[in-house]
Amino acid sequence: MRYLCLIYENEKAWETMPKDQADAVFGEYFTFTEGIKQAGQHLGGEALQPTQTATTVRVRNGKVSTTDGPFAETKEQLGGYYLIEARDLNDAIQVAAKIPSARYGSVEVRPIMDTTGMDGA
Amino acid sequence: MSTQDEVRERIDQVYRSDSRRVLATLIRLLGDFDLAEEATQDAFATAFDRWPAEGVPANPRTWLVSAGRFKAIDRLRRRATFDSTLAPALRLLGDSVEQPEIDDEQVEDDRLRLIFTCCHPALGRDAQVALTLREVCGLTTEEIAHAYLTPAPTLAQRIVRAKAKIRDAKIPYQVPTRSALPSRLSAVLHVIYLVFNEGYSASSGSSLVRHDLSTEAITLGRLLVELLPEPEAFGLLALMLLHDARRAARVTADGELVLLDDQDRSTWNRAQIVEGCCLVEKALTTGPVGPYGLQAAISAVHAEALRANETDWPQIVGLYDLLLRVEPTPVVELNRAVAVAMRDGPAEGLTLIDSIVRRGQLADYHHVHSARADLLRRLGKTNEAIEAYERALNLNMQEPERRFLSRRIAELRGA
Repeated sequence: MRYLCLIYENEKAWETMPKDQADAVFGEYFTFTEGIKQAGQHLGGEALQPTQTATTVRVRNGKVSTTDGPFAETKEQLGGYYLIEARDLNDAIQVAAKIPSARYGSVEVRPIMDTTGMDGA
Repeated sequence: MSTQDEVRERIDQVYRSDSRRVLATLIRLLGDFDLAEEATQDAFATAFDRWPAEGVPANPRTWLVSAGRFKAIDRLRRRATFDSTLAPALRLLGDSVEQPEIDDEQVEDDRLRLIFTCCHPALGRDAQVALTLREVCGLTTEEIAHAYLTPAPTLAQRIVRAKAKIRDAKIPYQVPTRSALPSRLSAVLHVIYLVFNEGYSASSGSSLVRHDLSTEAITLGRLLVELLPEPEAFGLLALMLLHDARRAARVTADGELVLLDDQDRSTWNRAQIVEGCCLVEKALTTGPVGPYGLQAAISAVHAEALRANETDWPQIVGLYDLLLRVEPTPVVELNRAVAVAMRDGPAEGLTLIDSIVRRGQLADYHHVHSARADLLRRLGKTNEAIEAYERALNLNMQEPERRFLSRRIAELRGA
């Protein structure tokens, strides 16, 4: 079963973090990613640019509107994700708990919807 | 009585003793809560049809699981003709007449699987409670709704959502691994204790005790101890039995609250106290002691005192010291302060409570103010005591406790 692990954390913390500390976190991420790759659980994953680079798009009455930034002001922002393969939710929780940011921010674990037979074909 | 009646009675008896076991095993075999519930009902209906003529099978439980499984496969086949998405589920079941082995040890494991799945931390607390009462205890949705003063549709929806999450997020039907067990067990214990407390001290409404829920919680506690003899499981069962032993003395005939000091100790349930004390021993000797074992030990010290003034307060303070180490919360600190007041005098207790409040903790917790009020009253500080009772009264939702606080205020005003 596939799960998306959405990583939320305070992106401001990154701006003020000393370089050696940030390097240490990057190192942890590298080790984590290698680990789940070797375990065959890594299906994808990326880190995102901070929310100041974000644009929100909506279409209303056929008209496209764009606004600067994310939709809501929150303490934690979406900073990256992993798409993983896991046996079940317990397995997925174990993987999510090893994501370095789980210790500072939070990781939302969402099962991927099975859309077979839903394509209308 | 005719043989037919005897068989019917036997089926009723098997239903009471084994329907939850049958359900737990069918959930594992069928991989779906709703299907397993229907199958369990079908299995007993089939027993009603066939046992009177064929006789009661040698192993009714195995027979019922097997009958339930066949009925479920039948149901799926019938539905699959209308709904092609069910085909994979049927294939998963093997679509065969082959009977999976069902041994007794596995059946007991299934009951644990069911408990741990209903109390899975990925479910909300309310959902855990509702699902446990529904699936493990076999209460109807209406019974649970009534016990929690919740509209039945709200409760039904809570259960439906929880089952949907189990299915869609794929919460596994498993007993946790050894390494995950402590935290998972503590979630189960917490759910059982919540059910007990809701029964013992309903959070709102006019009745102080909703006994059915306490009884269900104790039954759950017994089941857990039987399936998983961990120290904290012993501790929780002991704690519930010791509290429940005082049930008759805790409330007067007209529903008024009686404090521990004023309770008629001859009405305490001695047999239950003896059982509770034995379990405390087990909780304290079978492994590292936890919060439930320590709270039970405190309750046991109270229970062993035949008169309130014979209470061993130094020992109670000592146990609170240990409890504060494993559970450093302001509520435990408050209870310790009350015990200190009993050992050393009200002024000492008051100093400790005031220091908790000064840290800005528990300011809205009515027990802080009623405890303060009681100590102030004993120190003869009548006006401050009235003020504290009034704050407690403003924060308390429970009618009998509110009446008790009002009585105290009236007494002090009259004094």
